[in-house]
Amino acid sequence: MTTEQWLGLVTGVLFGFLLQKGRVLRFDKQIGAMLLKDMTIFKFMLSSILVGMVGITLLRDAGIVTSGHKSMNLGAVLLGGGLFGAGWAVMGFCPGTSIGAVGEGRWHAVFAIAGMVAGAALYAELYPFFKTTVLVWKDYGKIGLPETLGISPWVVIPVFWAVTILVFYWFEKKGV
Amino acid sequence: MKGKTGDGGWSPYLAGALLGLLAIASAYATTQWLGKTSYLGASTTFVRAAGLLERTVAPDRVAANEYFTREKVRVDWQFMLVLGIFLGALAASATDKSFKLESVPPTWEKRFGPSVGKRAAGAFLGGIVAMVGARMADGCPSGHGLSGMMQFSVSAFVALAMFFGVGVLVAALVYGRRSP
Repeated sequence: MTTEQWLGLVTGVLFGFLLQKGRVLRFDKQIGAMLLKDMTIFKFMLSSILVGMVGITLLRDAGIVTSGHKSMNLGAVLLGGGLFGAGWAVMGFCPGTSIGAVGEGRWHAVFAIAGMVAGAALYAELYPFFKTTVLVWKDYGKIGLPETLGISPWVVIPVFWAVTILVFYWFEKKGV
Repeated sequence: MKGKTGDGGWSPYLAGALLGLLAIASAYATTQWLGKTSYLGASTTFVRAAGLLERTVAPDRVAANEYFTREKVRVDWQFMLVLGIFLGALAASATDKSFKLESVPPTWEKRFGPSVGKRAAGAFLGGIVAMVGARMADGCPSGHGLSGMMQFSVSAFVALAMFFGVGVLVAALVYGRRSP
């Protein structure tokens, strides 16, 4: 294996370990969030975002890493995001958690994985059509919120932390 | 805030915060060792897996496909990352005895009964729709939800709102009705 593959594997093992320990791989946790009954996956995701955003912004300010924004391609993100949400609610896993779910024994996730591989092949077939339609409606490019608003990320970060911690208190108060 | 959940898992706040540290370390490590910053993600791997499988039966079709050519069908960093998730979850579930063979999850069973066939069909069809959506939006809850949000990408805010907003609506329709 190459350095690239080893690095991916080691990172993935740690990623999977934390997903499992945080108990976010399960169908019932993902559907529980969508039914607004169990916010475990949001507690997990938002906590990682709070920590990650500080470190990534520091590394970016220091010129050590480069940003990897995905394009704000309006039609693609709205329609694609909506399709993903609909499929996610029925499947009960997202791409990363499906493979982890099999790892902790929830083997029915293999049907989700098979469906997603088929979906990827289908997308590759439909790509020429999407490329002339939904993908070219309106593309705002690879933009970040602070630059778009004309403010420093170091203003956005404390605001995001404050709002998220209030949300955490609210989750705990509601017992979800 | 408890450090552990009732079933021996870790607090989602703690596990999530540790994942934040991993995301930072990973951005640094990929830049140093691979020469290009890579952020955590998962859904592109499904394109590469589809390409690798399809290549065994129709190599010319894969070679001629514009999307497969664009995404490069190979076992790359993210592909190994996704395989690693499997191993990490297996190891974690073995350490606290939470590994459990499950063919139909409780919430699904309450609504649709114990049929494995129904669960398989739901998961497969849902998977097709979700992956077409993820590739169109250019990301999933890992790429947009974690990595995009950590960088305040505008696309991440919109994608996450769509993922969850539509997810809530469809989940209410699918699981909300009382079981027969």
